Amino acid sequence: MANLHQTREAYGQALRTLGELNDKVVVLDADLYNSTRTVLFRDKFAERFIDMGIAEADMVSTAAGMAASGLIPYCNSFAIFLTARCYDQIRIQIAYPKLHVVLAGSSAGLTQGQDGASHQSLEDVALMRALPNMMVLVPADGTEAEAMTLAAAEIDGPVYLRLGRYPVPDLVHPNRPFQFGKAEVLRSGDTCSLLACAHMVQVALEAADILAAKGVKARVVNVSTVKPLDQPTVIDAASGVPVLITIEEHSIIGGLGSAVAEVLAGAPTGARLVRLGTPDVFGESGTADQMLNKYHLTPSAVAERALAELARPVKRGL
Amino acid sequence: MPDLRALQLKAVEMRLHITRMMEVGKPHHYGGSLSAADLVTALYFYKMHYDSANPKWEDRDRFLMSKGHCVPAQYAALAMAGFLNTAELSTLKQLGTRLQGHPAMHIAPGIEGCTGSLGHGLSYANGMALAARITDRPYRVYCLLGDGETQEGQVWEAAMTASRRCLSNLLAIIDCNGLKAMDSPSCAKSVEPMAERWRAFGWQVREIDGHDMAAICAGLDWAEGNSDRPSMLIAHTVKGKGVSFMEGQAAYHNAMLTPQQMAQAVGELEAQRRALEVNRG
Repeated sequence: MANLHQTREAYGQALRTLGELNDKVVVLDADLYNSTRTVLFRDKFAERFIDMGIAEADMVSTAAGMAASGLIPYCNSFAIFLTARCYDQIRIQIAYPKLHVVLAGSSAGLTQGQDGASHQSLEDVALMRALPNMMVLVPADGTEAEAMTLAAAEIDGPVYLRLGRYPVPDLVHPNRPFQFGKAEVLRSGDTCSLLACAHMVQVALEAADILAAKGVKARVVNVSTVKPLDQPTVIDAASGVPVLITIEEHSIIGGLGSAVAEVLAGAPTGARLVRLGTPDVFGESGTADQMLNKYHLTPSAVAERALAELARPVKRGL
Repeated sequence: MPDLRALQLKAVEMRLHITRMMEVGKPHHYGGSLSAADLVTALYFYKMHYDSANPKWEDRDRFLMSKGHCVPAQYAALAMAGFLNTAELSTLKQLGTRLQGHPAMHIAPGIEGCTGSLGHGLSYANGMALAARITDRPYRVYCLLGDGETQEGQVWEAAMTASRRCLSNLLAIIDCNGLKAMDSPSCAKSVEPMAERWRAFGWQVREIDGHDMAAICAGLDWAEGNSDRPSMLIAHTVKGKGVSFMEGQAAYHNAMLTPQQMAQAVGELEAQRRALEVNRG
């Protein structure tokens, strides 16, 4: 497959571009600048790069003070440390006063590597989504990661940007990649709908290919802005189909699946919602592909589940 | 030279505002607000540069109340300095007020950050001080912590950052009143030896009597005369200072006053004011 990119790498490159475009941008890292790819910024803008050492909470609070003083800080660590360890700081010092800090959570999800549960972030979207004023962006490919990184400097308020290290192909975007708050219909279809984010968008597209060969037309939607959620596009994807499936590399508690469930609970469409992701569990050591297989987050597993759901009787008039 | 008598009068006035803004029969943080009053007075009326008509003036000095529950002392200072109307002080913690129970920068003018969860503030102050350096601004940053607050581990992360980054435009002050919500800080975790710890973390440290206005002003001046390190004033204070029945009592960390207690507190503070006014001639 051509043009595979990690979203973290695209982010690092975009940060370097952003450094040229905006001299208010500063980058803070907590001793992971090779992994987070902020090394690309550091090498070019040393005076605006601050390695805070192994002190994530100090990093986030320092960034808040910088934002209050007119700078635009991008804070970096692994997704789980940045969100879970620093939740109190993010909540009180950044989200509450709506300070413009970009929180870039790197190596998110099951595909972090083989470090196991301590490093596999399966709850970060849930944590960030629960905070008032917080925006949650999850790029599906390198192109979108780049666009989001640049756009985040212009968004008024705190942004959580979820990045991964699993190499993903460049998608074909029907319009300009990433429009804030807009979900992107990548493929039309009226038999079922697949709503996904991050690497799972590619999985959904491949699942849709498998389904198409069996005569099932699946709509595929890239929900790269998880908050605020594009409610009209979600409701449209759930209208006129018996099954809507959400796919994410995250717990089904609190992530994209929950966000979609919250919308559909208020707008009954008749579609049965199926949430794919990790159930109420911690991760474990294993390669990225082993983890995706274990939790049925592969094209064949998604297609199989879609067929099984479509074969179940539809209850109406409840 | 500071006009010490005028500043002492301001401090008593601040204590009167603090006490009066706290509604009788409702829990309020008297102890730490009163212990900090002389320090906050010297910052706002001797040392800091600001423009109450333009609270967001880019070159203003920044004061952060890291021990956010003592924000009544800052609200009083902001009213006395013209950021707030004095009448607004009595809205403290009421529904719809700008004077939230803990500081909210997006709600009240003159508040530089959101605190209330202890231990975050020094890192935030570092961020403001770093920003001054990156943007080449002359302002200075002041951060007031509680002695009990130094039990929060993040304070020490921030201590390392400030010395590593040579934040000479930062002065932290510890309102060392020797009491936290329940009892003495060292009952739970040792906070001593305080000065040695900060020196070991690369700060220049001075210990003062936090109710001696001359010593406070001298300490604020001292902090400006160095170019390579952050400064720490360890201010030894009395919790509840100025009100006899509160002094040194952990029970008044967060307490409800009866109308009689309120009358006594205000009476004692008014007597102190009269004494200073007579002295002033």
